[in-house]
Amino acid sequence: MNRKNKFKRKTLPALAMAGPVSLWMILFVTLPMLYIIYISFMSRGVFGDVVYNFSWDSYKTLLDTTYYKVIVKSIRAAAITTVLCLIIGYPFAYYIAKKPKEVASKLIMLIMIPFWTNSLMRLNSWLLLFQTSGPINRFLQNTGFIDAPINFVYTDGLVMLGLITSMLPFAVLPMYSSIEKLSKSLLEASADLGASRRTTFLRITLPLTFPGIFSSIILVFIPSLGIYTVTDMLGGGKVLYIGNIIKNQFGAIRNWPLGAALSVLLIVITGLLIFIYTRFAKIEDMEVL
Amino acid sequence: MRVSKIQKRKRWQGLVGTIYSVAIYTILYIPVLVMMIFSFNNQRYNYYWNGFTTQWYTKLFTNSAVIDSLWYSVIIAVLATVISVTIGTIGALGLKKYEFKGRKFVNNMLYIPIIVPEIVLAVALLIIFMKVGFALGMGSILIGHCTFCIPYALVTIKGRISGDGYSLEEASLDLGANRIQTFINITLPSIMPGVMSAAFLSFTLSIDDIVMSNMLAGSKSSTLPVLILSMNKSGITPDINALTTIMILVIVISMVLNKAIKNMLKKTKNTEG
Repeated sequence: MNRKNKFKRKTLPALAMAGPVSLWMILFVTLPMLYIIYISFMSRGVFGDVVYNFSWDSYKTLLDTTYYKVIVKSIRAAAITTVLCLIIGYPFAYYIAKKPKEVASKLIMLIMIPFWTNSLMRLNSWLLLFQTSGPINRFLQNTGFIDAPINFVYTDGLVMLGLITSMLPFAVLPMYSSIEKLSKSLLEASADLGASRRTTFLRITLPLTFPGIFSSIILVFIPSLGIYTVTDMLGGGKVLYIGNIIKNQFGAIRNWPLGAALSVLLIVITGLLIFIYTRFAKIEDMEVL
Repeated sequence: MRVSKIQKRKRWQGLVGTIYSVAIYTILYIPVLVMMIFSFNNQRYNYYWNGFTTQWYTKLFTNSAVIDSLWYSVIIAVLATVISVTIGTIGALGLKKYEFKGRKFVNNMLYIPIIVPEIVLAVALLIIFMKVGFALGMGSILIGHCTFCIPYALVTIKGRISGDGYSLEEASLDLGANRIQTFINITLPSIMPGVMSAAFLSFTLSIDDIVMSNMLAGSKSSTLPVLILSMNKSGITPDINALTTIMILVIVISMVLNKAIKNMLKKTKNTEG
């Protein structure tokens, strides 16, 4: 009787409420993630099918120069994007955080609005601006800076511009919220105790906003590592990152185990960063939203 | 003397900060403005500015491929929003309120779609669907979208749940309301702002998604972003610029209206009180 009562009072509602999300996560996150790890240890058949025999082949292929180069190039591009987003974004976040709350929330809104525009169309705009007969080349030619148009299209530089402009808000938002939380009295105390503004920044502001900075690193570095739309749109198939290679393995090339192994590589890098993050901050506090 | 020096420095710093921020906003808005300007370009493909026209805004509606993919995107986004917000709302309440075995596991799982690159989850879902023979199409795209929308929705709503709602719920139950009545009359109104922003977030994430839709579309028709990506090789035509210009205007106008209505309601409430 008592047991039945407890079931009705506690277990049933818990099951009804937490059940759907748990089931969804297990079916469509846990299982696929485990399965992709499993597939990465299989090998590719002659016709692009999966041969279910344990092998390290895919991981060995990753060390081949062609793939190895792409991996290094992607990691470097993601790292450069992250560093630039932090350097550009921190002063910007600081400026907004020092505004009165009303103004600051409007300024944050102003950052979000462009990102409700289709992301591919925003990338396409850079292409329109920088193409051979586009406004920038015309301007440079008309003003006599250059004689022949510069080829910006499908270069690493343009891809980098696309990456930075796509990722900047994800760097700014977490840093903004951690700077905004920074108590003013701490900065005043530091100044009263005779610290220079530089010392205050290095000893107080920077360490206290570090969780925000690290959130930014995660939110910029990891997506840039897996992105393929920017390289597709602005690199025109000439610039390839890990994301493009994974996509191709599940498309025309049909080498699932290799694509799976590359995915596992991304999972491992992500896990590593999250592990470091959780050493000094709780994952629940990550300013994702 | 000294004070004025400090004031001068402060003013100068403020100016530098403002100029810097304006520069960054300019960079963020340039792509949007360029997109809008080139929707009025009198040219079959956008190579350079060739004079003003509004023809693309009318021709757009005769381009059935574009309109079809837009509807496809909207239907998926609406369904994904409804499913994600429903599961996210009750899930957020359930995960916050009840202790059970595996709660921590589910909580951790929720962060995977948020953090791991989308391509990884997309191909993982793809191979699972292929393995069990689930046909690719609208259903698979919808599942894919919900898989990343649910965590965002849930985390957003969970942030709005405060512990002090429980006593109200208990009071409601004690007074004889059943669980469903309590949920609708007490719990839901208290977390409504969170639910609304979760819905907005889910919709925008779904309608702009490329990676999931691209990997899980199969060979059949697909969403607008997938269509745009496939047009990229031959060049994106100005009618797409026109369409995305309309879309962003609709979003911004509805946001402004929403805000205005909220403010109005607040005012009437204040005058009543």
